[in-house]
Amino acid sequence: MHKFQNRLVICVAALALFAGAAQAAGTWNRGANSDVQSLDPHKTSTVEEHNILLDLFTGLVTDDANGNLIPGAAESWTVSADGKVYTFKLRKDDVWSDGTPVKASDVVFSWKRLLDPKTGSEYASMAFPVLNAEDINGGKKKPDELGVKAIDDTTLEVTLKGPTPYFLEMLTHHAMYPVSEANVTKFGDDYVKAGNLVSNGAFTLAENVPGDHIKLVKNPKFFDAANVKLDGVTYIPTEDRAAGVKRYKAGEVDSMNDFPGEQLAEMKKEMGDQLHMGPELGTYYYIFKSQKAPWNNPDLRNAISMVIDRDQLADKVWKNSMLPGYSLVPPGIKGYSAAMMDYAKMGQLDREDAAKKVFEKLGISPSHPMKLELRYNTSENHKNTAVAFQEMLKPFGFDVSFVTADGKTHYSYLEQKGDFDVARAGWIADFKDPVTFLNLGHTGDGNNYGEYSNKDYDALLDQAAVEADPAKRMDELSKAEAILIKDLPLLPLLYYANHNLVSPKIHGFVDNVMDVHPSRFVSKD
Amino acid sequence: MLRYTLRRLLTAVPTLFLIVTISFFLMHVAPGGPFDMEKGIPPEIKKNIEHVFHLDEPVWRQYLDYLGNLAHGDLGPSYVILNFSVAELFSIGLKISAWIGAWAMVFALVVGVFLGVVAALRQNRWMDYAVIALATAGSTLPTYVIAPIYQLVFGLLLRLTPVGGWGDGSFSHAIGPIITLGLPQLATVARLMRGSMIESLNAHHIRTARAMGLSDYSVVVRHAMRGAVLPVISYAGPAAAQLITGSIIVETIFQIPGVGRYFIDSALNRDYTLVMGTVVMIAVFTIVFNFIVDLLYAVIDPRVRYE
Repeated sequence: MHKFQNRLVICVAALALFAGAAQAAGTWNRGANSDVQSLDPHKTSTVEEHNILLDLFTGLVTDDANGNLIPGAAESWTVSADGKVYTFKLRKDDVWSDGTPVKASDVVFSWKRLLDPKTGSEYASMAFPVLNAEDINGGKKKPDELGVKAIDDTTLEVTLKGPTPYFLEMLTHHAMYPVSEANVTKFGDDYVKAGNLVSNGAFTLAENVPGDHIKLVKNPKFFDAANVKLDGVTYIPTEDRAAGVKRYKAGEVDSMNDFPGEQLAEMKKEMGDQLHMGPELGTYYYIFKSQKAPWNNPDLRNAISMVIDRDQLADKVWKNSMLPGYSLVPPGIKGYSAAMMDYAKMGQLDREDAAKKVFEKLGISPSHPMKLELRYNTSENHKNTAVAFQEMLKPFGFDVSFVTADGKTHYSYLEQKGDFDVARAGWIADFKDPVTFLNLGHTGDGNNYGEYSNKDYDALLDQAAVEADPAKRMDELSKAEAILIKDLPLLPLLYYANHNLVSPKIHGFVDNVMDVHPSRFVSKD
Repeated sequence: MLRYTLRRLLTAVPTLFLIVTISFFLMHVAPGGPFDMEKGIPPEIKKNIEHVFHLDEPVWRQYLDYLGNLAHGDLGPSYVILNFSVAELFSIGLKISAWIGAWAMVFALVVGVFLGVVAALRQNRWMDYAVIALATAGSTLPTYVIAPIYQLVFGLLLRLTPVGGWGDGSFSHAIGPIITLGLPQLATVARLMRGSMIESLNAHHIRTARAMGLSDYSVVVRHAMRGAVLPVISYAGPAAAQLITGSIIVETIFQIPGVGRYFIDSALNRDYTLVMGTVVMIAVFTIVFNFIVDLLYAVIDPRVRYE
């Protein structure tokens, strides 16, 4: 009897130890503020998916813990003197999770799939710098004409349409990740389901239950597996941010990538340095219909801008969950100095005095008010921002009225170049380069909703697009931004900020402007 | 009875057809589509995507295609949750929503009927007032207030149940959703039951039963309750259909991977096939539950006969 009891005790102890070990060695439960749309790198579109895909796949280049570019599936590369031909040398030890090597032909296959009109990829434009890419996507050329070639299994030659200084940065976008040709050929579009998917990242897909969780486990075949400390990562979508914070406090998730900014002050008191907040590469802005009178007058646009107290917006409306913004390109891109509004440093009262003179000259005053119709997409904070905008302009003789619609209606209206006076928009960078923001003002750009057009501005951007010298290029872009900020067809108001809650158990989580956090550099106690 | 059943099933088809048709066209009248988003995409790319999903075809064509597929039981792929068909999403979510909904209904019916009867028997005494107070609170406090309070008290302070998530699907994950989902229904059931029970207790046949010297138990349970429960049953049918198809608020706050969230999310996302799928699902459940209610009537109320 004793013997049996002893055995039982040992068994239970062993079981407890085993269970404990399985947990302690580390699965990072990552709370995410929205659900994913797809795990197919060629079919996704949201920021949310990037972190997951970054764990599953390794692009030719990839992100480090700081969100900076490091070699990935390619160990090295060379660029031709004219900046048009990139030759990548692939790692010999990079294999898919089924053990087959990652070949240059997989990359060729992947990019062709991305661009094939039949794939219907939202982010096909990420590959447009590649020769003939745009025509292939538009159905005007055949996929075989794409400027990419597998010289041998580990050498990839990419020919670009023109020199594209930010091409490597674009390769960090998940749309450009390679997928396994054999895997996609075998399963078709279903290759991405758990059980089918093979990938070359630090983790592989174990389970995908929409709305519940996405479970990844460590990939022992990953080329840098020796340095991956976690056993797995589970992504848990938690759309209700307040509930997310409670789950974090209860220890059900180890981190949350968003929290209600309104509670920032109390949360800071309660959680101290578990709360991470920093600038992100994103701008919250209003758009003027810049071809339409009276909004075609840069003086009027600037005067309106001067009246808007951005500190107040950030502090009172957004409770410091956003930062005051005075440029279109947010700070944080290495080598680039954003062109700030010259009145950014002026006191609010001085600004208002200066603006008042302009309004008087234009005959706008409380006794002769001017109507302004502001369109925004429904959301509590967008509404509060709009009301603050209305209140700030009211004393100067502006009669601001609102038109609101849900997000889809709002953006489809803007895309169809519908009429408005001022409209709300936001832009978060896909890759770390100023052009992603500056293109918003380029003539004919799909996202140039205010139909701004300035020859000098376009010329500088076009020139920068072919400039080989990085420093010179950044300088040209900065000059272009200065034109835009002086003209102000877009009215930057705030910079986005990222909000993370990170448990003290998690190590290696580094705040960065892209808010990317590859799990391969993270460990858990 | 059989003829009645058949007739009801046959009328369900045109009803469903009307619902599908009206929803389909209403949905397409709403501006914007599944692929309009904050970051505009180049028109050529949008054209490609719309072609892949047949959204570039005329609406009447899309409608006929949808009807054809639906007739074959094919609800189509989701436009937003890619790589999952609408049927797959339902097969994952519906059993969870239905399970939680069924328990919430049981909870609401059992406790609600009991409280209603007790209140009616103790009319205008403290027990009655307590039930009325609970019923008022239950129907006026919205779920989005009850759910966070539940999470705070039972999840965070007492640590009795998880704050949210479905985990391994154990019962502890479902308690919060069941209570918050069931409470408003419970309140309505208790109120309905109390009202009809009071009426029933004053009816002639109950007086007769008492005069004949039947026991209290027999009078209350076998005679008074039988008639009094009818309004509750007609209420319970549509309510059950609603509970089983999930609730966006409860599922979002407790982060339950059910189908309730799809009703609102899919509409906001203009995920056309998922919107239609949800409409069809809710319509089918409503039709079926109303039918069950009518059948139950015949079983419980001797005055009702279907020919």
